[in-house]
Amino acid sequence: MANEVIFHSIHLPESWKLENYLKVGGYDALKKVLAEKMAPDAIIEQVKASVLRGRGGAGFPTGLKWSFMPKNYSGDKYLVCNSDEGEPGTFKDRDIIRLNPHQLIEGMIIGGYTLGAKAGYNYIHGEIWECYERFEAALDEARAAGLLGKNILGSGWDFDIHAHHGYGAYVCGEETALLESIEGKKGQPRFKPPFPASFGLYGKPTTINNTETLASIPYIVKHGGQKFLELGIPNNGGTKIFSVSGHVNNPGNFEIGMGTPFSELLKMAGGVKNGRKLKAVIPGGSSVPVVPGEIMMDLTMDYDSIAKAGSYLGAGSVIVMDDTVCMVKALERLSYFYFEESCGQCTPCREGTGWLYRVIHRIEHGLGKPEDLDLLESVAGNIMGRTICALGDAAAMPVQGMLKHYRNEFEYHIQHKKCMV
Amino acid sequence: MLNIEIDGKQLTVEPGTSIIDAADAAGIYIPRFCYHKKLSVAANCRMCLVQVEKVPKPLPACATLVTDGMKVMTRSEIAIKAQKAVMEFLLINHPLDCPICDQGGECDLQDLAVGYGTGASRYTEEKRVVFNKNIGPLITTDMTRCINCTRCVRFGQEIGGMMEMGQTGRGEHAEITTFVERSINSELSGNIIDLCPVGALTSKPFRYSARAWELTARPSVSPHDGLGANLTVQTRSNQVMRVLPRDNEDINECWLSDKDRFAYEGLNSADRLQHPMIKRDGAWHECSWQEALDFAATQLKRIRDEQGEEQIAALASPHATLEELYLLQKLVRGIGSNNIDHRLRQPDFSADAGLQGAPWLGMSIADLSQLNSVLVVGSTLRADHPLIAMRLRQAAKRGAQLNLINPVDDDLLCPVANKSIVAPDAMVAALDQVRRALAGESADVTAQAIAASLKGGERKAVLLGNLAQHHPRYAELHALAQQIAELAGAQFGFLGEASNSVGAYLAGAVPSDGGMNAAQMLDDPRRAYILLGVEAELDSYNPGKTLAALQAAQLVVSLCAYKGKAPDYAHVLLPVAPFTETSGTFVNTEGRAQSFNAVVKPLGEARPAWKVLRVLGNLMELAGFDYDSSEQVQAEALTGDLSAKLNNRLKASATATAGLSVNGLQRIGEVSAYHADAIVRRAASLQKTAAAAIPGAWMNGETLAKVGATEGMDITVRQGEGHAVLKAMRDDRLPASCVRLAAGHPATTMLGGLMDEIVVERAG
Repeated sequence: MANEVIFHSIHLPESWKLENYLKVGGYDALKKVLAEKMAPDAIIEQVKASVLRGRGGAGFPTGLKWSFMPKNYSGDKYLVCNSDEGEPGTFKDRDIIRLNPHQLIEGMIIGGYTLGAKAGYNYIHGEIWECYERFEAALDEARAAGLLGKNILGSGWDFDIHAHHGYGAYVCGEETALLESIEGKKGQPRFKPPFPASFGLYGKPTTINNTETLASIPYIVKHGGQKFLELGIPNNGGTKIFSVSGHVNNPGNFEIGMGTPFSELLKMAGGVKNGRKLKAVIPGGSSVPVVPGEIMMDLTMDYDSIAKAGSYLGAGSVIVMDDTVCMVKALERLSYFYFEESCGQCTPCREGTGWLYRVIHRIEHGLGKPEDLDLLESVAGNIMGRTICALGDAAAMPVQGMLKHYRNEFEYHIQHKKCMV
Repeated sequence: MLNIEIDGKQLTVEPGTSIIDAADAAGIYIPRFCYHKKLSVAANCRMCLVQVEKVPKPLPACATLVTDGMKVMTRSEIAIKAQKAVMEFLLINHPLDCPICDQGGECDLQDLAVGYGTGASRYTEEKRVVFNKNIGPLITTDMTRCINCTRCVRFGQEIGGMMEMGQTGRGEHAEITTFVERSINSELSGNIIDLCPVGALTSKPFRYSARAWELTARPSVSPHDGLGANLTVQTRSNQVMRVLPRDNEDINECWLSDKDRFAYEGLNSADRLQHPMIKRDGAWHECSWQEALDFAATQLKRIRDEQGEEQIAALASPHATLEELYLLQKLVRGIGSNNIDHRLRQPDFSADAGLQGAPWLGMSIADLSQLNSVLVVGSTLRADHPLIAMRLRQAAKRGAQLNLINPVDDDLLCPVANKSIVAPDAMVAALDQVRRALAGESADVTAQAIAASLKGGERKAVLLGNLAQHHPRYAELHALAQQIAELAGAQFGFLGEASNSVGAYLAGAVPSDGGMNAAQMLDDPRRAYILLGVEAELDSYNPGKTLAALQAAQLVVSLCAYKGKAPDYAHVLLPVAPFTETSGTFVNTEGRAQSFNAVVKPLGEARPAWKVLRVLGNLMELAGFDYDSSEQVQAEALTGDLSAKLNNRLKASATATAGLSVNGLQRIGEVSAYHADAIVRRAASLQKTAAAAIPGAWMNGETLAKVGATEGMDITVRQGEGHAVLKAMRDDRLPASCVRLAAGHPATTMLGGLMDEIVVERAG
């Protein structure tokens, strides 16, 4: 059950070319939608039936999100694809754009049709320039083939997609900061409500979906939601691309059915590097709490299973750590990231991320104090749930997770001024 | 209406109300830094986090709208814990420099830290340092103290009209700053000092001069433009230390223009006249009040008796109080002369015969915010009326159409629907085009668009600004604007130039019964002049002509707060008190009489001018000068219904006569904002701003080429006998054959009429 939905054509040479995408049935779903003049509600029903959940990390049901868009709104509406993949450990969206951009485009066009959007925007992370170029080239191909732009496939319906590249700010992956950035403003999250479905891009109703989410849409439309759901397990429909990095022999992206045991994914990734012992896994990208290896080996890769272990599936970004990893050093690095990437807008995150990092940095450098660990927990707790966007939580959760499972390593570090491992 | 509960208190509030507004209205205080009632909601400080029943996380009270049945707890354990956590975060990088911080004692952070902070900090890491910026002469920055609430940023975007402050950088590197190395130049900039909840932005002139708790706050009224902004004047040891806004939603809201805020520095200028002075044998001597007043009275009597009362004339500043103006006219009329005027910068009085009352705004100031369409004729709006410009800008942002007929095309920081930028002389024709369009006659495209805009709006107005009032064909502009307003069904009004432009009419400081107006008094010089608060070379339409008339007079009695150039032409100087040292009344442009008391004692031997005029009346043996208080004067001056005396309409029979037309180059002589009155001219910090710089001679490229000059070149400008050497400057938005050259500045006092012909030569 690998590479069923999105990576189904990547074995082809130049899989990103339109001609190759067409060879594997590309744009069939769009043709079906337009030929049958499918009712938007019917498409949304299929997406709901598929139990496709937002692949950007939050896991919100896509069909439900689509149903929030006002139907009888007289002005412009927008669809935005969030390809601002910036979380450490996450590298799936760039491969989707690199290897199968047309499936994303097809998904966006169907999304635009379903949501009644005037145009679509794909916000592509600033540090993956070649993906931006490849996506632009794919858009040109699609326009030339009459699949995008004016009067798509002779249907009389117009829809165009604009690629927009960011400049590498992590916070711009937050959907409202992303909207601000497209509007040409400083990328800072908006306070919600109002949510983008009522006040989004340029103040218009807007739906924002992750790249992988939208790239899954053609399959759902073509094969039906039920078939997609069956690729995974109940409440966790479809396949998911897992980005496996860290101490494995064969790091990379793996598209597998939801609910696949972690042990199997680890095997696909070649097992722990050099045959060492699995120490811990960050299962959903750097912002989620760490899970000890022995617990992880009993989990399956789906939203519900990981949540039961006190962490999150997130964007499916699996960071594998072997027993050589010092958790203090690891947390120092993680905290530095959030300290650097906090947008600075709201107080707890602006001030708290630096505080966390400095204390952890001190511990790592042998200057820790016994009271530091309670302080870290307190500061992380004071950030958690008090900020405008989720970046504050993202900074706090790794600290909380590490202290929950590896407090002894931190205590050792403070006492002996060196690593336990 | 929604029923909610805050801290157990049952409240009924309008839908769309935020928790913080509902709590404020109910007298429940929720701590806050970034929230401000006049600014958009940022929700970034997180200080106002409160608990809402059934919501797991604390919510920001500023950004959370109430819903029916909502139960809010502002002081529950969850709420207090969140608020204290935010306070701790705010303090970790905030310097502990309250003892040397100007905000100390009036600092929101300091105050709230008492309630929500702890005695000792858990933060032992190094604190952040943010480098200071020099953002100009009015505002001091201590950016390490900044808590990034963005009030100053939002003020610029939403109220000031230009985004001068912004936040650069991310996370802990985020800092509030101006655009790279730019200064703050907004005419409303000082408001960000009030808005700043900490000591990051403080007043430069006030810095290190006093502590907030040493100051006594007294209410007063601005003596500058026609708005009549409400002031809180703070004093210490009989000295004005600082001026702050006093909230009045109908007038200045919670804002002040920089002029109103910082001009106080001029009050204690070294140029203040502190003793009566008399000129004997060509030399000036300090003298007693007795001697000075005796001299003035004796000489006035002598001239009246020897040369006739019509040889006596009085010129008054429209910044003088109602009481002063009333007593001056009473004195002059008591002497038997009707030669009195306060309209020193007005050149055209041909509409006087048709006047039926005091020209005023024609509506309330607050009404300006509600207009759908407005035509402004002849105004350097932002400089002359900063807060009226702000109200019109807010209206324009909400969709009102702003139309302009103007000789200059300054950025009003808001959309302008239609504009006709023409030479002063052509303004009459441009206005007539709008009249024609409204009357259904053929007219040019712009005029038709303006007419359509005025016709389309529900609430609309035609307003004549300072440049129209200083126009050589003012009467024609007045008559045409009136017709346009009638045809369009619009309100019709004047943007009052000075704090008492309306009050001066009500006080009778205008000629009557054949008396001479300001222009006539100078065209046909008198033997004796009484000046009240007038700096002749700076306050008049034609400084050269005014000075010549005064210098030729046998007697000039000057009641003034400052020496200035008065010793050059006066014979006796009577030191009188500025607005902070006397009680009095200003009637603002909307016809609102606002009385105020002295906030400090007069400096030196200066005395309130109403008292000086009372004594002069007594010494002249005139009846009815037995006042005990300024209130008695006011009661006599303002009898009956004030609003009935306001009237912008010219009598139907009155026909405007064509004023002077200009051949060659025409001067556009706006009055430099920070040189418009005697106090602001001496406000040291305002004088360091870009707006107060030596004026250039601005021309469009075509005109520059025609006079053989290039941008930045020294050129000689001539009007009449006077000339000045100034820099030629280029502004292609100006109409052809015009030279924009500000008046009121010492560098241009030797020149002639504000909108008269001007000659430009390359400086030899």
